[in-house]
Amino acid sequence: MSLHLKTAAELGRGIRAGEYSSGELTRHFLDRIGRGNERLNAFITVTPERALEDARRADATVAAGRGGALTGVPIAHKDIFCTDGILTTCGSKMLANFVSPYDATVVERLAAAGTVMLGKTNMDEFAMGSSNETSFYGPVRNPWDETRVPGGSSGGSAAAVAARLAPVATGTDTGGSIRQPAALTGLTGIKPTYGRVSRYGMIAFASSLDQGGVLAQSAEDAALVLEAMSGFDPRDSTSVDTPVPGYAGALDRPVKGLRIGIIREFFGDGLDPATGDAVQVALDIFRDLGIELVELSLPALPLSVPTYYVVAPAECSSNLSRFDGVRFGYRCDDPKDLLDLYTRSRGEGFGAEVKRRIMTGTYVLSAGYYDAYYLKAQKVRSLINEDFRRAFAEVDVLVGPTSPTPAFRLGAKVDDPVTMYLNDIYTIGANLAGLPALSAPCGLVEGLPVGLQVIGPHFAESRVLAVAHAYQRETDWHRRVPRAWA
Amino acid sequence: MTLTRRDVENIAHLARLRITEEELPVYVGSLSRILEFIEQLGSASTGEVEPMAHPLEDQVQRLRADEPTETDHRDRYQQNAPAVEAGLYIVPKVIE
Repeated sequence: MSLHLKTAAELGRGIRAGEYSSGELTRHFLDRIGRGNERLNAFITVTPERALEDARRADATVAAGRGGALTGVPIAHKDIFCTDGILTTCGSKMLANFVSPYDATVVERLAAAGTVMLGKTNMDEFAMGSSNETSFYGPVRNPWDETRVPGGSSGGSAAAVAARLAPVATGTDTGGSIRQPAALTGLTGIKPTYGRVSRYGMIAFASSLDQGGVLAQSAEDAALVLEAMSGFDPRDSTSVDTPVPGYAGALDRPVKGLRIGIIREFFGDGLDPATGDAVQVALDIFRDLGIELVELSLPALPLSVPTYYVVAPAECSSNLSRFDGVRFGYRCDDPKDLLDLYTRSRGEGFGAEVKRRIMTGTYVLSAGYYDAYYLKAQKVRSLINEDFRRAFAEVDVLVGPTSPTPAFRLGAKVDDPVTMYLNDIYTIGANLAGLPALSAPCGLVEGLPVGLQVIGPHFAESRVLAVAHAYQRETDWHRRVPRAWA
Repeated sequence: MTLTRRDVENIAHLARLRITEEELPVYVGSLSRILEFIEQLGSASTGEVEPMAHPLEDQVQRLRADEPTETDHRDRYQQNAPAVEAGLYIVPKVIE
């Protein structure tokens, strides 16, 4: 089997067994990127020198008998993670010249685990988008159909792994930005519990919602990489100081006897019928595995999208105020005074969607409107959180579709922001409540992948991954590769 | 909620964003549409509900001892600055 068709876990085992070196593997993937990236636009920056240096170090570690599960395995990082000495753009003109002076904790930990950095992946500007069309570096194409979007905001990471230009990639998820692109490109993507993965060096969008995670080929790969990147970090004030369980070691935990909740609100009018059918088939497989299915209702959940579009823009308007053209980032030409410097640097450096969200946030936080919008949204967020809490008193995990439709065509939704926002209707709830959630491929609809979402209670990553792994032992959707990239 | 051009100019000013004449009507339309969309929050009954402060229960803001933990990286950091002189960030004259 060609090297690029192997999962990250298989590649790690192959390196340790001496079947191939990390150097060979790294050159193989760099070669695939060299030939394929022009078509997909999945990478903003490729780092061949760094990759080959990482690979040499990994091969030496393995030769010394100290290799771990991920030693020598190539990885791509979303360009939202700061990488020391390497361009870190966040998909924005604002940071088109920003060479980070430090590594994000996620990058540092995955390097310590022995992974090899291939480069930085394309993304919606500042992670604000659901189609990867807001990137300053241009849209990413879906390897399953290059006229379609890969989803967003981690669209470059999704396309890179789906086309096997990288075995695995990091992503971030504020409202669905790992799970929705994973669903649209046939990958397994996990966003852990809020506070599980350090946000240090992860460029902030909405701080109460942002979490780092993984886009992978399987639940096993997702478990291995998540385990390596998780854990307490004193440099992130919301990092949670509880030990990380061995996610990979818990994959084979029995699922028989678990109770799965089917969220009634996720199977309403907006769901594409063929996508709904694929999810139903997956539910039958769970039933055959001895899992009990329980239908339940989360009545406040339909308000998650409007809640998110108050909370996230509010936080983004505050976070992005740091980009002022003074200390780093884009500065306009010939500012005539300080106000002109601020307003033109920001007006020219940010793209249309980012400006729209900053203005939405500025408005909902402005004097006289704060109670009506922001405070109201945080109260509705409590209701949504309470719905989840009640549900998890009855069931072990919740299951439903990840995205209402398969990948749509490039340009199809760019004119109406609200239509675009509704792509995240099933994913946003987990962010508002800080819950771990995963998307796994569960079928093809007219040749396009669709995803099954598994949501767990806080810190139940092991259970969510075990459920997905049990499903992936019964099915092979996660091993499908777009024909053009096999 | 329908915003006027004047409203959007005011929001843009508060956000320190220069919006061009061509962009303005686009934002008047799309921001009005977004506000209309989020107004459905009004349908939720939230009388006694506490606003959410943190996604995890019982989390408190962690404090650390007030001791320096970082060394000086000014020169390295200023390599990303648009304009510096003698270790200072340069901006247009503020006081004439």
